Amino acid sequence: MSQTPLLDLSGLRKAYPGVVANDDVTFAIQPGEVHALLGENGAGKSTLVKMIYGLVRPDAGTMMLNGTPFAPPEPRAARAAGVAMVFQHFSLFEALSVAENVALGMENPPKPSALAARITEVSNTYGLPLDPNRRVGDLSAGERQRVEIIRCLLQDPRLLIMDEPTSVLTPQEVDILFATLRKLRAEGTAILYISHKLEEIRSLCDAATILRLGKVVARCNPREKTASELAELMVGTSLKPPKSGGAAPGDIILKAQDLSMPSASAFGTPLRNISFELRRGEVLGIGGVAGNGQDELLMALSGERKLPQGSLYFEGEDIGTRPADMRRRIGVLSAPEERLGHAAAPNMSLTENAALTAARRQGMLSRGFVNWGAAKGFAEKVIGAFDVRTPGPGVAARALSGGNLQKFVIGREVMQAPEVLIVNQPTWGVDAAAAAFIRQSMLDLAAKGTGVVVISQDLDELMEISDRFAALNEGRLSAEVPTGDLTMEKIGLMLGGAQTTAMEQA
Amino acid sequence: MDLSSINWLLLLASLMVAATPILLAAIGELVVEKAGVLNLGVEGMMIMGAVCGFIIAVETGSAPLGFVAAAAGGALLSMLFGVLTQFLMSNQVATGLALTLFGLGLSALMGQGYIGIKAPGIGKLDLGPLSDLPVLGTILFRHDAMVYVSIAIVIAVWAFLKFTRGGLILRAVGESHDAAHALGYNVIRVRLMAIAFGGGCAGLGGAYLSLVRVPSWTEGMTAGAGWIALAIVVFASWKAGRIIVGAYLFGGITVLQLNLQAAGAKIPVEVLSMSPYLITIIVLVVISADRKRAAHNAPADLGKSFHASH
Amino acid sequence: MIWLEKRPAPSRTWSAASPIVAVFLTLIAGGIMFAILGKNPFEALRTIFWDPLFHEQFASFSRPQLLVKAGPLILIAIGLSFGFRAGIWNIGAEGQYIMGAIVGAAVGLALYPSESVLIFPLMVVAGALGGWAWAMIPGLLKVRFGTNEILVSLMLVYVAENILASAAVGWLKNPDGAGFPGSRNLSQWEASANPELIAGTGAHWGVMAAVIAVVFAYVVFTKHILGFHIRLSGEAPRAARFAGVNPNLLVLVCLGLSGALAGLAGLFEVTGPAGQIGIDFNVGYGFTAIIVAFLGRLHPIGILLAGLLMALTYIGGELASFMLSIPGAAIQAFQGMLLFFLLGVDVATHYRVRFGRKGVA
Repeated sequence: MSQTPLLDLSGLRKAYPGVVANDDVTFAIQPGEVHALLGENGAGKSTLVKMIYGLVRPDAGTMMLNGTPFAPPEPRAARAAGVAMVFQHFSLFEALSVAENVALGMENPPKPSALAARITEVSNTYGLPLDPNRRVGDLSAGERQRVEIIRCLLQDPRLLIMDEPTSVLTPQEVDILFATLRKLRAEGTAILYISHKLEEIRSLCDAATILRLGKVVARCNPREKTASELAELMVGTSLKPPKSGGAAPGDIILKAQDLSMPSASAFGTPLRNISFELRRGEVLGIGGVAGNGQDELLMALSGERKLPQGSLYFEGEDIGTRPADMRRRIGVLSAPEERLGHAAAPNMSLTENAALTAARRQGMLSRGFVNWGAAKGFAEKVIGAFDVRTPGPGVAARALSGGNLQKFVIGREVMQAPEVLIVNQPTWGVDAAAAAFIRQSMLDLAAKGTGVVVISQDLDELMEISDRFAALNEGRLSAEVPTGDLTMEKIGLMLGGAQTTAMEQA
Repeated sequence: MDLSSINWLLLLASLMVAATPILLAAIGELVVEKAGVLNLGVEGMMIMGAVCGFIIAVETGSAPLGFVAAAAGGALLSMLFGVLTQFLMSNQVATGLALTLFGLGLSALMGQGYIGIKAPGIGKLDLGPLSDLPVLGTILFRHDAMVYVSIAIVIAVWAFLKFTRGGLILRAVGESHDAAHALGYNVIRVRLMAIAFGGGCAGLGGAYLSLVRVPSWTEGMTAGAGWIALAIVVFASWKAGRIIVGAYLFGGITVLQLNLQAAGAKIPVEVLSMSPYLITIIVLVVISADRKRAAHNAPADLGKSFHASH
Repeated sequence: MIWLEKRPAPSRTWSAASPIVAVFLTLIAGGIMFAILGKNPFEALRTIFWDPLFHEQFASFSRPQLLVKAGPLILIAIGLSFGFRAGIWNIGAEGQYIMGAIVGAAVGLALYPSESVLIFPLMVVAGALGGWAWAMIPGLLKVRFGTNEILVSLMLVYVAENILASAAVGWLKNPDGAGFPGSRNLSQWEASANPELIAGTGAHWGVMAAVIAVVFAYVVFTKHILGFHIRLSGEAPRAARFAGVNPNLLVLVCLGLSGALAGLAGLFEVTGPAGQIGIDFNVGYGFTAIIVAFLGRLHPIGILLAGLLMALTYIGGELASFMLSIPGAAIQAFQGMLLFFLLGVDVATHYRVRFGRKGVA
């Protein structure tokens, strides 16, 4: 191409203690191009975009923007040069209004009244309606993303960086987003699109750069590749999809009946009249867009929050009022989404973290005294069985990589032979090999007769491993549907809350 | 008890004087907490302000210079807290306590030679015809300049937080330091400035005690005023306007109990002197009983340490 | 440029070394402070840290004082360490100390002049209950209304001081005291006295209680599920709830325990070294114990050592005040400084200090 690239990266390198995040990364983005940056978790995508956005400075290498050297010392400089970024974990302030959030992302925001008018105007132009006076904490995940996008668009960026933008959207919302992005492309804005969702990339992107372990391993036109070819480039080997044991579901083991729970925090989601039945040997997938009550549902089922009488039954016994450790004793185990700080205590050793949920069930307690030797033994057992890469059980939880800690957290519950296992986002932020391992372990558990509830925002994952599917929307749960009968469109409707009518038609 | 012996007009007038130290300290702490920092060292910064202001005022014979020194002293001490919590990531609760313990000790040491001396006066402002107004003139318009300065500071803080970009950034930092950092704001710099402002205000409040309200220096003379200022920030639900309400309410109680003591009320002296603290507790309970609202208004990242990893 | 890099795991070496480094830095800064006061810094430091134990003339008097002062500090600090580890901040131990003394003394004096051997044990129980009940106020308010325990427990110190004043001049005043404020002398009434148990050591029942508390805390923290849950709550509150810890119960247990121990300290003081309920009965042990707890890294053995060190600064300070006319306030500032340095040095436990160019803008 004779055209000067909009952004030209060459030889970028960034090392952190013990890990080279980026090594000799070279590629170019043309004006008006949607360029995919593909890679597993930990491949170095985030570090790379942080360098472009001025949050991190490269150790070596150069960047050129429109043919001139580009080395933003801070995000403001990047924004001034026409680079805008939509973050994966929102960079939003919940207690502030939409307009205030937008103003914070701009260098010289206009007066509040003028800004509000601009927000309304731009948001309508791009089909992303937004009320500038609403408090961000009250918005849905999809609406929050709009705030981020509008904030970028108001600055007429030449390059828009989007980090995993669709992970929080329903399929219908994804369509709206893609329409917006295509409109932007038509106007000449280049987009650097980071994702690991291959079908999306194939439908949206003009070019792709694939990162593995910090290095560029391939450049291609994603439209000319199949999803599995892309996956192989990304992971380095081909992964087998997990195999179900194929056991027939048994008796009902866990039953929620009109389960309601108020939200604990100001911006949380209350659970409203949730009912479902879980049978032995089946995997029930619960899908939903972030912030629709997933955390609350896990807390309600695990026993972290107490429930009113008559809303949760285990083998016909009312367990709603029992605290977490009493539920564990009868075999209702769980693993929450947040690894550090919820499922595990970051500064404590794996031995101590093993005792966190296993102390009573694994017989580490006698008269309240902890047998730390037994705890260490159990931790070692989990480390061995789940292939957790760590020097030993004395290591602090936060020293483990995301994938390894997640294997430990899931393994800790699986190794206790649960009757019921409830997990939330079991493979979030985990590399592909670990994710496959975790999914397989849950299928194996179900094959042995455990009832498994998988709450996840990853629809592909749910389609792959669950027998039946239900959608969580604003704290309400749809009726369960056998996974085999579902299409993406039907799922989208269920996630959007239209489940009852969709079901009636089905 | 002879309630008629209490001059209610003077009582209302002295209410403003009694409330001023706490008002100053509380508005400073409000800014600090809005930036997401919990500085429990208000008591220590106040008493440092009290002793610095007193020493300089006595040595120079100028009360205004004393106030300047007090603000500087409070701000300087607060920077100790700032460096420890912002750069060295120390626990804010523990560091704030350390600041109070250290401030009490250091101030006692500095004030050794100044016990029993009288401070130079600051003089009442003459607001001309306003001061001569019946009733209102006595209550509102015959005070020293610091009373009005303190109110001006509250109004300025309110306007700053509500209308300016600087105020927006400060609130953003207190809500989510990670998001503010991601957008390129210097979280630590913003917080250090807020901490220094809080220290300066606490210092002024302390000096108002030693130079106007008492006016002399005694060890530990703040007697919990800094802690009450902290409570008033909670009472005010982190809103500047309500700080005035809280501080004056508290000032009223203090003045009333002192007047009741003087009037020879049948209530034991000890009960009267503990009443401001008891009422503070009751107010705290009432405010926090409305849990949802309390949680809604508190800055989300209050008291959390910020470390820019990568 | 200097910057900090988070360690993958807290450094055990630094965790143990930081109090020692902090003490060392405080000695230097304290020396500078004494020099500014116009004293010879070496003489001042020797008077504070060496002479109380080894001076041929004074040591015989001041050495027993070490345990007398360390006893209540350790007892209170051990109690505080339970809450502090769980992120529950009881900073009103001074008030609980006062209330323990008042309630214990009041129970004893109600039975005056009986000579029953049950009186002292009864007073001990009453003292613990008094401190416990006073700490339950912030505890219950926090559990029921979510009220901040820091502010409430602190406010209650001032309330307790006023109750102390009214007791000393009013309802507990010695009827045979010729109108002077203060209660009957409890240390001279055999049934209530808390005497020195081993002559020349200063060890009274409070010191014994402190030793027992240290052992008890050590066992709880290292071996018992309660200690694990307390540490877990401090490290990761959400993980603690996930593990099945009831946060409200923990608040009550931690505050109650620290209140009871502070109350015990007050009771042993009023029946022993202090002897009576007086207006100036409390001397700030409840606040100094906060420093002791942190300086001891919230670890029972650490607290034992830190309590002894702090007690040494008390008696050394008195000696320095008497010998070199160094004001008592200097010692208070010195103690505050120690806590500052400790908190500052502590950064090395969790972060590595790096020099050079930093990657993060």
